[in-house]
Amino acid sequence: MAAIEQQGAASGRPNREGGLSMRTRRLIWVWSFLAVPILFYVIIRFYPTFQAFYLSLTNWDLVRPPKLVWFANYIKLYKDPQFWKVFKNTFLYLIVGTPISLLLAFTIAYFLDRVRFMHNFIRALYFLPFLTTAAAMAWVWRWFYQPPPIGIINDVLAMVGIPQQPFIRSTGQALYSIMVTSIWAGLGFQIIIFMAGLRAIPNTFYEAARIDGLGEWAILRKITLPLLKPTTVFLVVFSSIGFLRIFDQVYNMTTNDPGGPLGSTKPLVLMIYQTAFNSYAMGYAAAQTVVLFTILLIVSLLQLWILREKK
Amino acid sequence: MSDAAPVSSPLYKANIRSGRIIIWTLLFIGGIMMISPLAFMFATSFKTADQVYDLRLIPAAPTLSNYIAVLADGRFMRWFFNSMLVATIVTVSNCFFDSLVGYTLAKFDFRGRQFVFIAILSTLMIPTEMLVIPWYLMSSQLGWLDSYWGIMFPGMMTAFGTFLMKQFFEGVPNDFLEAARVDGLNEFQIWWKVAMPLVTPALSALAIFTFLGNWTAFFWPLIVTTSKELYTLPVGLSSFAVEQQIQWEMIMTGAAIATIPTLIVFIVLQRYIVRGVMLAGLKG
Repeated sequence: MAAIEQQGAASGRPNREGGLSMRTRRLIWVWSFLAVPILFYVIIRFYPTFQAFYLSLTNWDLVRPPKLVWFANYIKLYKDPQFWKVFKNTFLYLIVGTPISLLLAFTIAYFLDRVRFMHNFIRALYFLPFLTTAAAMAWVWRWFYQPPPIGIINDVLAMVGIPQQPFIRSTGQALYSIMVTSIWAGLGFQIIIFMAGLRAIPNTFYEAARIDGLGEWAILRKITLPLLKPTTVFLVVFSSIGFLRIFDQVYNMTTNDPGGPLGSTKPLVLMIYQTAFNSYAMGYAAAQTVVLFTILLIVSLLQLWILREKK
Repeated sequence: MSDAAPVSSPLYKANIRSGRIIIWTLLFIGGIMMISPLAFMFATSFKTADQVYDLRLIPAAPTLSNYIAVLADGRFMRWFFNSMLVATIVTVSNCFFDSLVGYTLAKFDFRGRQFVFIAILSTLMIPTEMLVIPWYLMSSQLGWLDSYWGIMFPGMMTAFGTFLMKQFFEGVPNDFLEAARVDGLNEFQIWWKVAMPLVTPALSALAIFTFLGNWTAFFWPLIVTTSKELYTLPVGLSSFAVEQQIQWEMIMTGAAIATIPTLIVFIVLQRYIVRGVMLAGLKG
């Protein structure tokens, strides 16, 4: 607001230099500051976006020039059983992974928030995995999941008398094994955000609740959780988008058969990668990216809608 | 906990105290579990091949031979250098351009300001995955495939960084800028010499996240690079691990080399990082 008033005052001033008014000279500065960035956003962001939509309507295969086939790629996708399997996998990551990771993150944040002794150190332990390279840590986890005696998890299971598990080698467990890796990597971020949200709740709310004689559990349900709603919605969306775009972990944990065994772990982004850069069916891959874009857009709009509704 | 007990009773206090100790212990154990993959990774990187099956965290006979073997290979040095170069240049570019645009949108009043802002912000909705095919096409036409520029160009500016910086520049008092104008500084100098030093916390958060984001980036570098000399560290590590197959001590050494810089960044800048995550999370 202040900027606008100040600007108005400045332009009204009869201060002229070299024939240009203050306002004009300032406008020249503005557009020279913005020139390179605008060029960047137009060439590297907007044009490719439209091009992706256009390519999704062509049969471009990197060799012959693209030919318009209209919705043939989308129809092919709709009829492709592999796509529906991948679609199911992607949502399995999201629907199972998001609630588990949020519940864990909230529980840890809720209690960690009250811990004073070595608070920063414990917080660091939880946060550190968030900063690691997914491609590198995927290999560490892959090693963990190996059969005994190499795989640590199976070694530990053997110690407590649980039979050996196949983990990433079985169609039933592989997706969940990879999901654990992803939850592990994202947990630290969610904990920090939840803690920031908890700190933002004014103490007076809690004091009032205690005077009213509310117990610990009632305070959590009636005050903490409702007031934390914007934070929770943000994290649900953030985590969902993360799972919808999962790639690095899957690619690195299943290099001998990407997305395997038998496609049981393959997410949409891996299918896009293979369609585009292994099969060079660029038009078909572009149609898949448009589907991903649509899903992500719906998730983001859902967030805006939920937050607006309750305000 | 025991709601019924009167607050002042010693029993209640003892309950709280033991409850706290239990909670602390559980959180501590959880934290140890969280870093155990990192701990085992580092432990194994100091073990010889025949010690890999030994689960001890402190190797019986620690050795640097894996590191020597991996680094003597030369490729890791090259990938490390590539990642460092790419992440540094992209970070500098983001700090410069995102701040400049954020400042312009925050502190100047001009026709089209809102339009430019919304247009930039709307690019947040477009996932990278949708752009890689057009980027690949563009790169192949312009000869950018398999080059440093090819790896870097998509990330030279980000809407997120611009938004973050705009938020912070809005908090810079106009009086400061006006005083600088009276002193005869031009608009570029005002931004660079007056406004920028006032937003260093935001700038450092932006720098840290851009650097780490590019250091760990995998998808686009995997697509755009074809020759091994141009791989970034994550892509190189992935191809190296496939080559090594079951030599887990070598793979863990490679993974450790990829992780060490982020650890150093974290240890040195922990306070900024945690605060930065909070800032970014709450504003974004």
